[in-house]
Amino acid sequence: MRRPLQYLALLGYVVFLAFPLVWLLSTALKTSQEMAGLTPTWIPRHPVLSNFADAFGEQDIVGSALRSLAVAVASAVLTVVLALPAAYAMARHRSLVNRFAIGWVLVSQVFPFILIIIPLFMVLRRLDLVNTLPGLTIVHVTFTLPFALWMLQGYVRSVPRELEEAAAVDGAGRIRSLVKVVAPLLAPGVVATLLFAFVSSWNEFLFALVVLKDPGMATLPLTLVKFTGAEGVVRLGPLAAAALLATIPSLVFFAIIQRRLRSGLMAGAVKG
Amino acid sequence: MTLTAERTRTPPARRTPRTGRQGRETLILMLPALVPVLVFSVGPLLYGVFLAFTDARSGRNAETSFVGLANFGDLLTDGDFWASFRIGMIWAVSVTVLQFAASLGLALLLNENLRFRAFARVLVLVPWAMPPVVIGLMWRLVYHPNAGILNSVLTDLGLLSHDVDWLNDFSVALPAVIVVGVWTGMPQTTVVLLAGLQGVPKELYEAGHMDGASTWRRFWNITLPQLRPVIVTITSLDFVWNINQFGLVYVLTQGGPGGQTRLPMLFAYEEAFRYGFFGYAATLGVAIVIVVLAVLGVYLWRQMREVG
Repeated sequence: MRRPLQYLALLGYVVFLAFPLVWLLSTALKTSQEMAGLTPTWIPRHPVLSNFADAFGEQDIVGSALRSLAVAVASAVLTVVLALPAAYAMARHRSLVNRFAIGWVLVSQVFPFILIIIPLFMVLRRLDLVNTLPGLTIVHVTFTLPFALWMLQGYVRSVPRELEEAAAVDGAGRIRSLVKVVAPLLAPGVVATLLFAFVSSWNEFLFALVVLKDPGMATLPLTLVKFTGAEGVVRLGPLAAAALLATIPSLVFFAIIQRRLRSGLMAGAVKG
Repeated sequence: MTLTAERTRTPPARRTPRTGRQGRETLILMLPALVPVLVFSVGPLLYGVFLAFTDARSGRNAETSFVGLANFGDLLTDGDFWASFRIGMIWAVSVTVLQFAASLGLALLLNENLRFRAFARVLVLVPWAMPPVVIGLMWRLVYHPNAGILNSVLTDLGLLSHDVDWLNDFSVALPAVIVVGVWTGMPQTTVVLLAGLQGVPKELYEAGHMDGASTWRRFWNITLPQLRPVIVTITSLDFVWNINQFGLVYVLTQGGPGGQTRLPMLFAYEEAFRYGFFGYAATLGVAIVIVVLAVLGVYLWRQMREVG
């Protein structure tokens, strides 16, 4: 008796979790004629890919996707470049900074964004960085840094110190042992951190909303939100298609780290 | 057994004696990461708290002066703030509680040896992997009054006689938004609870089984107490994240209709970046911090007392 009930409950959960996703996919594959029809249908009668083409045809969407890409790549690279030395130092030497980094990750969860974003906006305005992509990049880097640092130092820790010592015994210099021994073992961790920083920036909405006032500078999330404004039902197809495309980087990241997530290691860490 | 455990417990002797040189090296390695965090987030945060006690405005050359607690006085008599605060509390408490209940149920199911479990475990991660903006857009498509699937399904099931404009209706907008909040936050909570469940020692259940404890009793007397630390942690975090929520609800309703879903952070955002009252918006932020700390304080204190 228990089993069927459990399957029923599981089915309920699957339906609740999946139906919005199915609907998004279905909307992305429908023609505008079908969207305008009186009764919405789950399965498109004539599934088309033209919405994806239309999304690419929108000047706004392509432009803002390119801007998002630029900001996300720059943020990811900068984050890792800045975090890597510090992560190494954190993992190898005990210091106050370890506690500070963890503490800051916690504090930044509790404090509402408004307390940071107003002064930050004033700082960026003074530096003439409001409405610029470098301005947004700086913001994204500072907000991914603490967590990236924490992630990276975990990876450094997993590279046994003995390997470095062995390299030193064999006569390798400090730099040589770092490049030849530590770097290859650290590569997967660096890739994971790059991806994390890339996705955080790519998905980020709030800071972009405040920093990029000029619609001509909008990143992809801003443009997607603007699209839902006044337009009618006809544009929903391309919108759904663009939203799906915008999700791809995130999905790739999660596909790569999902094992780690499920083991609960990073579970509390990536903010929803 | 005890011996080996003892041996591994003893901390390894420090291999490199701490020297001035090493300290300097650490500092140099840390500096590139520390400077931006200090300049662009620790500093601004402190300045943000300070702004709460000033009449700062958005203008480039606006004069700012210290006004003490005047903003807090204004806040306490501001009807719009109280409305927003009430909505924020309803939102944060109901999303946190519903999210927890739903996630605990799902985690218990996923911990059973059911078929399709692997599929469900992957599916549960998907909402987590989606950008908040896309989640908001997706649910707008679901809730769409004419082209949305929800009205059509509910009508087919005979539960609805006319189409509802979910996100623009005064009475259903907040519940509709809460459902999206639960959907969005479920993955994280489920994953954390599932990891907690897998950490409960099997021996406890075996002992419970031998004593003839029913499923319900085993859940109540073994699972829940064992999970307690995990539950307290994740519900606290969920509450903090929910009360500070902005993006999701901004995309769904922008705080409408008529302010029915205007969470405190949407209110603060409008005060700061639409009307230009930087000082007042910062005061709102400080007020929310105080509320969060008070709520968490009482919650954690009660939990500790029950354990102790």
